Amino acid sequence: MIDTLVQPFVEFAFMRRALVGSLAISLTAPPIGVFLVLRRMSLMGDAIGHAILPGAAIGYLLAGLSLFAMSLGGFAAGLAVALAAGLVARSTVLREDASLAGFYLVSLALGVLLVSMRGNSVDLLHVLFGTVLALDDGALLLIASIATVSLATLAVIYRPLVLECFDTQFLRSVSPLSSPTHLLFLVLVVLNLVAGFQALGTLMAVGIMLLPAVSARFWAEDVGGMICVAVASAFVSSVTGLLVSYYANVPTGPAVILACGAFYLLSMLVGVRGGLLWRLMPRKHLEA
Amino acid sequence: MWNRLVTVLGTFLVLLGVSLTAHAADNAASGKVKTVASFSVLGDMVKNVGGDRVEVTTLVGPNGDAHVFNPTPADARTLASADIFFVNGLGFEGWMERLENASGFKGALVVTSGGVMPIAMRAEEGHDHGNEADEPDQAEAEDHDAYAGQVSDPHAWQNLFNGKIYVTNIRDALIAVDPDGADVYEANAAKYLAAIDAEDQAVKAAIASLPKARRKIITSHDAFGYFGNAYGLEIIAPEGVSTESEASAQDVAKIIRQIREEKIPAVFLENITDRRLLDQIAKETGAKIGGVLYSDALSDKDGPAPTYLDMFRHNAGALTAALSS
Repeated sequence: MIDTLVQPFVEFAFMRRALVGSLAISLTAPPIGVFLVLRRMSLMGDAIGHAILPGAAIGYLLAGLSLFAMSLGGFAAGLAVALAAGLVARSTVLREDASLAGFYLVSLALGVLLVSMRGNSVDLLHVLFGTVLALDDGALLLIASIATVSLATLAVIYRPLVLECFDTQFLRSVSPLSSPTHLLFLVLVVLNLVAGFQALGTLMAVGIMLLPAVSARFWAEDVGGMICVAVASAFVSSVTGLLVSYYANVPTGPAVILACGAFYLLSMLVGVRGGLLWRLMPRKHLEA
Repeated sequence: MWNRLVTVLGTFLVLLGVSLTAHAADNAASGKVKTVASFSVLGDMVKNVGGDRVEVTTLVGPNGDAHVFNPTPADARTLASADIFFVNGLGFEGWMERLENASGFKGALVVTSGGVMPIAMRAEEGHDHGNEADEPDQAEAEDHDAYAGQVSDPHAWQNLFNGKIYVTNIRDALIAVDPDGADVYEANAAKYLAAIDAEDQAVKAAIASLPKARRKIITSHDAFGYFGNAYGLEIIAPEGVSTESEASAQDVAKIIRQIREEKIPAVFLENITDRRLLDQIAKETGAKIGGVLYSDALSDKDGPAPTYLDMFRHNAGALTAALSS
């Protein structure tokens, strides 16, 4: 039994690399996902995935099909959109979801326009997005360094960030750290997403960021607990997805995300905090 | 307010009139047959058969991927004023019907692979389909397809024998639309067919000169089924027949195992797909990167494969260079 689980990783280098890459993204993306879920910014991953197009297009127009140029451009565009949305949300009547929707749609349209100017027989995003089965040294180093930077930064801004999630106005009234914390957090989001897209493809990058965080809601009471559950479930889902892809001959990205999804459905049913099954069971009435 | 409305309306009408006149003038100007080819290989063939009597516009240009192509309004406009639209068929152009409907195209739609015996995805049958069809019979080909119950491999042009069928279809279509040029088309086509025959012999000889055990290659997507069948080369690919599919871990593992066991010497990149997966496979197995093969698109003019026959010359050269050593 252990043999079947371990053998693919022993025999193939690409499986080992996929494992290491998955571990790195499982450490860095779910904590950020937890904060996104708490701040009601869950759809940001998808929005940023589309918002990076004009940056990648400009990189392509300037330097051809160079992954470095397109990634850098994509990161700049994603950052611009995220920061603009964040600033608008803080200083106008719009909230975060509306401001993000506005900016990312403009960005996407601009990207499509730029790409068609040069001739659109190349699907830029198709070229830019990688797959977990093809992680070369550069991609592994990229994810690992982003993981280190993310975790260190999150550790430093943990307290203001948690307070920002639950009572923004209070933090603003007692400390000047509110805006910088929020903006730094947005930078981390874009950094993780762009690195994730390039290394693993959109589905896996956004999925690993959000699904484990969403599932963790049903198991833990505090933010720290949620982060632990999210990281653990992300890693276990990655390994499961890799093994299923190996034994059942299905594409890897979707397999990993479906494993995360299975855990999400399970959590919804039997999760300790608010699982549906527990709610349906009769409980003792409170008595005076 | 009225003044403004009249001015705007008047300008609009004037512009409409000008554009319509320009369009009419444009149509009357050149007497050439306006053709649109779906991708670069067809464009090259049409130019060779039609010569100066045709104007060819290609939708999916050099190094483009027709599997994921998205037509633009400019493409629709080009198609609307064309006389003939040449497509490959066999499911290669998923966007074709929508473009046709959207553009209001009223000319002749020519499926150049009519009469070709299609093979199914991942030519696992073992028997040689490409060389059989002597009598073009589209109904037969479709029945075979339905019977097999599988998706056809659309890359039929990778067998030069099918290339000749393509050229005959193109020639007949041009003659039907432009009977005055029949002599020119016949002459051009005859010359081109002879050149294709010569190249066919050359490729057969080149592959036959390789030792039998070395006639296996790995490439990104299953574009060379017809080539492999016709010229005796075994093609193994992680992605399926379209570049839109994603590889699974089992596919990649199978390929790596096969390379190790059979000591396959080289993997080949393609001009339209991402190289990272193949790089990973090559690094893990120690196989050489044998070069770039041109599968679904020609290269641009300064590249090594700007025409259909150049594509075969380049591919055969790259294959023999990597596999003979």
